[in-house]
Amino acid sequence: MNRFVYIIPLLVLLVLGGFSIVQLKNVGDGNSVNILPSVLINREVPPFDLEPIKGYERGFGSKDLMGQVTIVNLFGSWCVACQAEHPFLMTIKEQNLVPIYGLDWREKNPDAGPKWLAKYGNPYTLIGDDPKSVAAIAFGVTGAPESFIVDQKGVIRYKQIGPITPEVWDETLWPLIQQLREES
Amino acid sequence: MRTFLFALMVAVIAPIATVHAVEPNEILKDPALEARARVVGKELRCVVCQNQAIDDSNAELAGDMRVLVRDRIMAGDTNQQVIDYMVDRYGDYVLLDPPFKASTLVLWIGPAAIAGIGLIWVALFYRRRKTQTGETEFVTAGPQATPLSDEERKRLDDILKEDQ
Repeated sequence: MNRFVYIIPLLVLLVLGGFSIVQLKNVGDGNSVNILPSVLINREVPPFDLEPIKGYERGFGSKDLMGQVTIVNLFGSWCVACQAEHPFLMTIKEQNLVPIYGLDWREKNPDAGPKWLAKYGNPYTLIGDDPKSVAAIAFGVTGAPESFIVDQKGVIRYKQIGPITPEVWDETLWPLIQQLREES
Repeated sequence: MRTFLFALMVAVIAPIATVHAVEPNEILKDPALEARARVVGKELRCVVCQNQAIDDSNAELAGDMRVLVRDRIMAGDTNQQVIDYMVDRYGDYVLLDPPFKASTLVLWIGPAAIAGIGLIWVALFYRRRKTQTGETEFVTAGPQATPLSDEERKRLDDILKEDQ
């Protein structure tokens, strides 16, 4: 018993250290989902209806997401990680894999979004302008880019925090999209 | 020099500590509604800066959340409805004061439990030490200690003399 008493602090230290290492490793592996789990998974897309960005005819709203599996991708011309993700979104569009709907978030200058898309290409089926974070807050967004996979019934099934990389696509998003298509 | 540095520190930090992030153009005309918005704004966490209320944060998203809080209050929501709206989208995380429930149990009980374990450990440690000291006293000055015999005393004197 007496010796055990002296071991307690060491055990506590080891347990705390173990937790820290696991958490750090999670963050290191990019599993930031663990930090902020989305409460919106398996719930309907929040109702919203956005104006088009400058020079585009149609904006988009939650009703546009019904009837097919879609990706809702939140981006901004000011967002560096969005630029990094962008070429892969173009690949998804070129190969016609799944329609991507864009939320153009917090553009200070209304020309910035259209200009960015003209320069790098437009991977989006429809784009909504969200200068005041109305849709972003409705989606519980904390940063850009974030992407949501929405099923045929308009239910959010997955939240991707950070860029869609080829690895994330192959391992998680594409298998999920195919699975959701089979569900209907 | 130290006084100067201290004064400098206070001069730099004080304005930061007292600054209010609520922007003038956000403030509602009705002071009663604005007061309610302030109450709500102090309970909601700025989701991009982690340890600040949206009222104290300069982050752009926090600003948009403040505007949304005011829009909903203007639309007739109660304070609780506004808070529920945010929790519905961001989870309990958006509350600066997290609720007491199963998933937050460790958060609430954890520190107290660790302190409790520590106290028990300290208590055991002192109890053990007390027993030890007790034993030592028993040996040196206890009633059963036998006085030196004449022969032993003589030998002790001899040894002491040799040293001198």
